[in-house]
Amino acid sequence: MKKGLALLIVLSAAALAAGPEMPRYRWQNFTTADGLPDDHVFSVKVDGKRVWAGTENGLGLYEDGKWKIYRPEEGLAHRAVLFVDVDKRTGEVWAATMGGLTRLSAGRFENYTQLNSGLPNDVVYGVGLQGDNVWVATAAGGGRLNTRTKQWTHFNERSTPMYEIWTYAVSPGEEKVYYAVWGGGVLEYDVKTGQWKDYNDPDGETEIVVLKDQGLIHEITTSVSWAEKDRILWVATYFGASRYDGRYWKNFLDQDSGLPSNFLNQVKAVDGNRAWFATDKGLAYFDGMNWAVYRPALDTHQPEMLVRDAQGAVSRVPTETAPAHNYILGMDFQGDDVWVATAHGLSHGVRIK
Amino acid sequence: MKRVFAAIGGLAVLVCVSALPPARADRPGAAPARYPSPVELALSHDGTQLYALCEGTDEVAVIDLKTSLVVRRIGVGRVPKGVSFSRDGKRAYVTNSWSDTVSEIDTGSLEVVRSLPTGLEPTSAVADGDGAFLYVANRISDDVSVIDLATGLEAKRLLAGRGASYLALSPDGSRVYCTHIYPNLGRFRAPPESEITVIDTGRRAVVEREKLPNAAGVFHVALAGDGRLGIAAQMRPKNLLPLAHVEHGWVIGNSLSIFGEDLGEVVQVSIDELDRYFTPPFGVAIAPDKSAAYVSTTGSDSVTVLDIRKLLGFIRSVPPEERRALANDLSASANYVTGRISVGRAPKGLALSADGGRLYVANREDDTVSVIDPAGQRVVSTISLGGPAALTAERRGERLFYSAKYAFHGHFGCANCHLEATFDGLSWDLEPDGFGVDIVDNRLLEDVADTAPFKWNGGNPDLETECGPRTEKYFYRRQSYTREELEDLVAFIKAMPVRPNRYRAASGELTPQQERGKAIYERTRAKNGAPVPQNNQCPVCHSGPHYTNRQLADVGSGKPTDRSPLFDVPQLTNVSLTAPYLHDGSARSLEEIWTVFNPQDTHGVTNDLAKDELNDLIEYLKTL
Repeated sequence: MKKGLALLIVLSAAALAAGPEMPRYRWQNFTTADGLPDDHVFSVKVDGKRVWAGTENGLGLYEDGKWKIYRPEEGLAHRAVLFVDVDKRTGEVWAATMGGLTRLSAGRFENYTQLNSGLPNDVVYGVGLQGDNVWVATAAGGGRLNTRTKQWTHFNERSTPMYEIWTYAVSPGEEKVYYAVWGGGVLEYDVKTGQWKDYNDPDGETEIVVLKDQGLIHEITTSVSWAEKDRILWVATYFGASRYDGRYWKNFLDQDSGLPSNFLNQVKAVDGNRAWFATDKGLAYFDGMNWAVYRPALDTHQPEMLVRDAQGAVSRVPTETAPAHNYILGMDFQGDDVWVATAHGLSHGVRIK
Repeated sequence: MKRVFAAIGGLAVLVCVSALPPARADRPGAAPARYPSPVELALSHDGTQLYALCEGTDEVAVIDLKTSLVVRRIGVGRVPKGVSFSRDGKRAYVTNSWSDTVSEIDTGSLEVVRSLPTGLEPTSAVADGDGAFLYVANRISDDVSVIDLATGLEAKRLLAGRGASYLALSPDGSRVYCTHIYPNLGRFRAPPESEITVIDTGRRAVVEREKLPNAAGVFHVALAGDGRLGIAAQMRPKNLLPLAHVEHGWVIGNSLSIFGEDLGEVVQVSIDELDRYFTPPFGVAIAPDKSAAYVSTTGSDSVTVLDIRKLLGFIRSVPPEERRALANDLSASANYVTGRISVGRAPKGLALSADGGRLYVANREDDTVSVIDPAGQRVVSTISLGGPAALTAERRGERLFYSAKYAFHGHFGCANCHLEATFDGLSWDLEPDGFGVDIVDNRLLEDVADTAPFKWNGGNPDLETECGPRTEKYFYRRQSYTREELEDLVAFIKAMPVRPNRYRAASGELTPQQERGKAIYERTRAKNGAPVPQNNQCPVCHSGPHYTNRQLADVGSGKPTDRSPLFDVPQLTNVSLTAPYLHDGSARSLEEIWTVFNPQDTHGVTNDLAKDELNDLIEYLKTL
């Protein structure tokens, strides 16, 4: 944690009372001891009352208080599951793995690999669903499977402005589809016109912006989240976060926001104003003005919740629980609750009201 | 076992001829004769009309059951395959398999009121209990369309198994069951496996998949009135064993999958006998009081009658661990099959009256409907659907194609493997040359007329050889067709229409992706500029209108178990439909032909292609 930030922490109850009301959670943590397939959790996806966890050693399904594990012996394409998405219309689960894309439908596995299908590459970092289209982010570009026609379309340096083909995440909407291209910024696809546009370092000389809100904060992007209703794009990078309204960029760094770190693994929008951030130093929430951070304290490892108001004043909120680990890789929402993938377990944040 | 063979004819049989003229006259100079070829039947809500779906004339023949006359012919789309009614009986739905649509018929006016777009090759449809959504099984796209009947638009597509074809709605309307005529794609040389896909109509999502091990070619499925018992008609191909065992019954078993709460598990049971086969089981109907089940067997020209009480009792008497073997026990049927009713040629769809007093059978190759008294297990009348009086050579050949009577013990016919004149999705160990030697993939029959020689090794110079001596020696194990019959059969195969290609625009114009693929297909130089040897250029071997030069070629796909690495260059017409690929079916997808089985660039130069370029090539191949 930054020293400056630490100095601003006000521990008194009076200060706490004056701080903004940010959501508080009672954290329930799951590890292999509880039945989780592996403690290294890359991704979490809420599916109604069920929760899917993509881990380094299998796909876990939490249902009715029990874990069910899927691994290659059950039909999964690869044991390392990097991302999970669920088709709300059909209930099908799509798992992005290190060895292909798995479609799990009512107990049946269908695996798409670069050898047996049009999948661009077996290393699939991200998957996103929009209508009949399955969008994938792979180590060799993006791809789209139309599940009705079974046709694949590839997106790479030959067909898009992408100069780096290591796509890391995809966020599809009805109007736009966004790719986070690791080292290549953000790629935007207009569904109506089929045209692509890229967002990179505006001066083109370095990978990072020179002026604060000049453009996308950095080209090493790890995640995108498109809040379509509000037409706002959120971007996570290894060097800060960005928010884009179609005209202006707003960038967030740990020194001038409540982000606990500039190293971000994921961003997930609630809407155009609110978003959650997975960082290497805790889970962060931004409500449009104020910030909250949830984590085990970096020094004592004791549960910690920090709140930073719009003026930059930071307060500590007493809490008895925290997410399983500081290193956060992903999150999803279940009503008012939040589920969090960490490097050492899966956490369920039960909202305290 | 007590057998009942009710003869057609005699005083008890009343033949009723259609009051309307045939759909097409068979006269000189006219368009090719079109026979009605009824494949499915459905009874109207009040039980007074029988809808006979005629795939040969693209129409629904509406029969007044009081007079047994056709009172209306309703034109629908191309090659209709399924007909059903809404629960209130006000609408009928006809799946037009070659038009990729459903015709919605107003049963009051007997007019088509809407054409609803579907997935590829819709084969059957059922409306849910509320009439809000229509479920359509799509054979080529392997899925089920969920159509919002308020808008007429497809709301979503549900992943089914391969060859999704037949649907049944549970009596309480909560579930739709889907069966499949092709097995799911599995590992090379693994036993086939199909499934019954179960859809929850509340969520409109697939919630369960009942596995059917060793089953392929699963046709109709029916539910008993109490919803506690389901029956699916199916074949169990023994494709991993050499066909030398035909006389031992080890080619295709004909069986039923029994499922539901009555048993609590899926149990497969045979309907064959030790010295006689009843094949392929197609239509299924269950008596309203659940006393009996009826199964049409198309190649055997009969309907099999099963006593359900005896059937369930027999299954329960078998220890659970032994039930998996029941489908291979040819003596088991004596415990529950109570009759075989001879009907017309190639019986397909069944319809049972609400009181169970009449069973109607669509005889595809006779253009008739047999009316059966189930109590007496006999045909009491036959309704004609019209059609040309004279038989063309093609029609006679088609009858042979569907018949199983030429094989030893009536074991099977052409249509058992070339399902409905297509393929079966299987690789076979055909010849008596040892286990696992010379495995061959089953190929599509459409568009084969000018593609001689035949067989993967090119050993048969013409279709007469392929369908004559070869069929007799390797398949049927008995003297087969007469010279005239063989001519007819070959005429039918040569005249087989080619289904529309779903990937090629009607204008013939290619998409940019398909154009890029075409350029790769036709290229003469690799990406590094090196010339591609002529005999390794795609259009050299895959040349001409059928994309074959009709030669043998060694493309490096031969296995140690193949007698020769030289294989017949296959035609590529509608190649996208016929996975698996290569001579032995070892490539499960078009991609695998080149990503797995072409390491030395012996099957075209492809190893310089990037993945998206290979994708372009494949998208072009799908248009052929």
